[in-house]
Amino acid sequence: MPIITSSKSQPSYDVVIVGSGAGGGQMAYTLSLAGLKCVMLEAGRNYQPALETPMFQRPDQAPLRGLPTPEKNFGFFDSTVDGGWEVPGEPYTQASEKKEEQFHWWRPRMLGGRTNHWGRISLRNGPYDFKPRSRDGLGFDWPVSYGELDPYYTKVEMLIGVYGTNSGRENTPDSPAGVLLPPPKGRAAELLSQKYGKSLGIPFLSIHRAVLTRPLDAETIPAKLHPNNPWAQRLVADSMRARAACFWATDCGRGCSTGANYQSTTVHLPPALATGNLDVIANAHAREVLVNSEGKATGVLYIDKTTGQECRVSARVVVLAASSGETVRILLNSNGGRGVANSSGLVGKYIMDTVGTNVAGQIPQLENCPPHNEDGAGGSHFYAPWWLYQEQASGKMNFARGYHIEMGGSRRMPNGANPVSDDLTQGLYGTSLKEAARRYYGSMVSYSCRGEMIPNEGSFCELDPAVKDKWGIPVLRWHWKWSEHELNQVAHARKTFGELIETMGGKVRKHISDKPLEFIEPGGKVIHEVGGAIMGGRPKDSVCNRWNQTWDVKNLFISDGAPFASNSDKNPTLTIMALAWRAADHLIEEARQGNL
Amino acid sequence: MNDFNPARLSRRAVLQWFAATAAALSAGDAGLSALAPPAASGGTPSGVGYGTDPDLLRTYQPGEAWPLIFQASQKACVSALCDTILPADHLGPSASSQGVPAFIDEWVSAPYPLQQADRPLILEGLTWMADAAVLRFKKEVSALDEAQMRELCEAVCNPEGLRVGFKNAVRFFNKMRSLAMGAYFSTPAGWEAIGYVGNTPLARFDGPPVEVLEALGIQQTVV
Repeated sequence: MPIITSSKSQPSYDVVIVGSGAGGGQMAYTLSLAGLKCVMLEAGRNYQPALETPMFQRPDQAPLRGLPTPEKNFGFFDSTVDGGWEVPGEPYTQASEKKEEQFHWWRPRMLGGRTNHWGRISLRNGPYDFKPRSRDGLGFDWPVSYGELDPYYTKVEMLIGVYGTNSGRENTPDSPAGVLLPPPKGRAAELLSQKYGKSLGIPFLSIHRAVLTRPLDAETIPAKLHPNNPWAQRLVADSMRARAACFWATDCGRGCSTGANYQSTTVHLPPALATGNLDVIANAHAREVLVNSEGKATGVLYIDKTTGQECRVSARVVVLAASSGETVRILLNSNGGRGVANSSGLVGKYIMDTVGTNVAGQIPQLENCPPHNEDGAGGSHFYAPWWLYQEQASGKMNFARGYHIEMGGSRRMPNGANPVSDDLTQGLYGTSLKEAARRYYGSMVSYSCRGEMIPNEGSFCELDPAVKDKWGIPVLRWHWKWSEHELNQVAHARKTFGELIETMGGKVRKHISDKPLEFIEPGGKVIHEVGGAIMGGRPKDSVCNRWNQTWDVKNLFISDGAPFASNSDKNPTLTIMALAWRAADHLIEEARQGNL
Repeated sequence: MNDFNPARLSRRAVLQWFAATAAALSAGDAGLSALAPPAASGGTPSGVGYGTDPDLLRTYQPGEAWPLIFQASQKACVSALCDTILPADHLGPSASSQGVPAFIDEWVSAPYPLQQADRPLILEGLTWMADAAVLRFKKEVSALDEAQMRELCEAVCNPEGLRVGFKNAVRFFNKMRSLAMGAYFSTPAGWEAIGYVGNTPLARFDGPPVEVLEALGIQQTVV
């Protein structure tokens, strides 16, 4: 029984991994298939997508037609259980009362973490994204280049399955031929945006998402991922064969009972558990990394939430992958509250989110569109990568880093909210209302800015000096600050989206404010929190080295978003996994040489 | 001072009548603006939600996640109003046949802040409707015929109503219409009525059909 309770754990393991999402899942996968004995601690409950995912359930079968509530923040059918913006008994605090200086912290408490509900958008960082300071003098360079991470991006894409096309565009890397799965056909609003985007120079094209548009090739991929390891190849092939291709229905945010998209619980953990080398302890809330007098990590102290008791698990190596915020919290609370791996004083510093703003438009051309099925791959098919690198390089822009555009049409399953804006049907009721609803349904489009935030001194988290959670563990206090770069970026995005909508003959909806501070998504709301234990070239100005290994404690690794030295516009999950796989390979080699 | 003439009135006359009724009854903004606590006009919500880890696979009927608070007269009033907003016609069945009134009941009974904020407006609005029906037609709302229901709706379905002292009645009607549309169009019959096609497994996804591409002047660019 690989999902175990605290009392069934072994006296000692090779590696203890805190967290079961993209970073923890990738670590457990790579290490257990290499023969290391691992134990994974997950703060939430065990979660089984095959048995729990509401695939075809309709809104009218749910309380309040499935609409969001404080207990299910993204709607009843969202896969997230026991988590959200607030977790009962586990508060966090804000250093400022000003809204624009606050951070919103999304915390799932379930096996697989955020990977169960995430958007599946899987973009590679480009070469510029690893060396931003070298290009414009802002932020930090990574101690890793694109070329070093490229093979790991490829391996992750082959393992999890990513659809998309190679565009050959600047700083938007292609994958090797045959790696990406076929992209899905464009939907009406996506094709229309592509057509009109062209006239403004905005390149809408196929996005990359971790959804299987055909079954994975279990005959050839495992040998490419695990050369010279037939046992691993067999387990991975079995796991790949257990995943079905997408059947073009149901939103990916619900999770997927057939494994057609990536979530840690259906892709990373099954083969890892099949090795027999992985124990998973659910309801295990990590509190501290245990260190000995020589400064080496010896294991993890955690709360068994089923009993409220403190427990210890021992291991030769500790990996933290608990999310940037939670990883920082564990580091700062360790060593009796004196902290570990923090000789630089940078643990908790340079937290970043993705820069976001949204603009919706109503497009008359899309009115009265003949009904047709646009469910597609349960998420976006098209996006526009950042297209103004040259303009930025030549100093024509008033912000330093780019954004990509995520877009959505509205011919999707009505989710319990009025699918037609009230103002479009003003004064109507009866059959004329139903006719108007049919006319306007599907005529909305929305565009989202997803941009790079430059790390700054004012965005960080620390331990609150007074507030503790229900187990008596000090909680995080957040600080947040936007720079002119982010505010000018969202202003540019808003203007651009307005032009696009008008070029399509449409009208911008609900122009709330002209002030960027009022229309930028608040910190944390895009749920791309990274940083807090950044990697760098020297111990004095970074927490981790180029192998996700802390400078101070060489048998302590961090494999979530915390080591990110920058947060490019590309969604962080694929990079978390590629870095984790690379770090795991390094960990295996170091362990083999007796260096840990 | 109250005009009970059953003859169909002009739109302008209807508005004037409502203004007069409002003055007589204090049932326009004066009646609605107080927004008294709902205890007097309905049950009290339970205050307990479905928790952070509900069973996502079972089917829930309104009343199963938390008790409903509408009294029989309120149910009848909501049902009549919802069926006037979304009647049975060539586009599909009526709102009441799709569980919309029960959803409204579930909404006002819900323990969450968003729904609790709507509760006074909806409960007071229903009281106002009942009073208006008796005053105007000497009938309960559920006994009004179609023309009579339309007459009531005409006065409050439009922002024009704002000018004659019916700000809250207009807010009430728009809230009910928005909730009813959300609830109606999230059912299979509602999907058909609005033109949503999906939630069914497909062997392949072909994108928009040719007639859609032609109508929009676009081409499929993913081959």
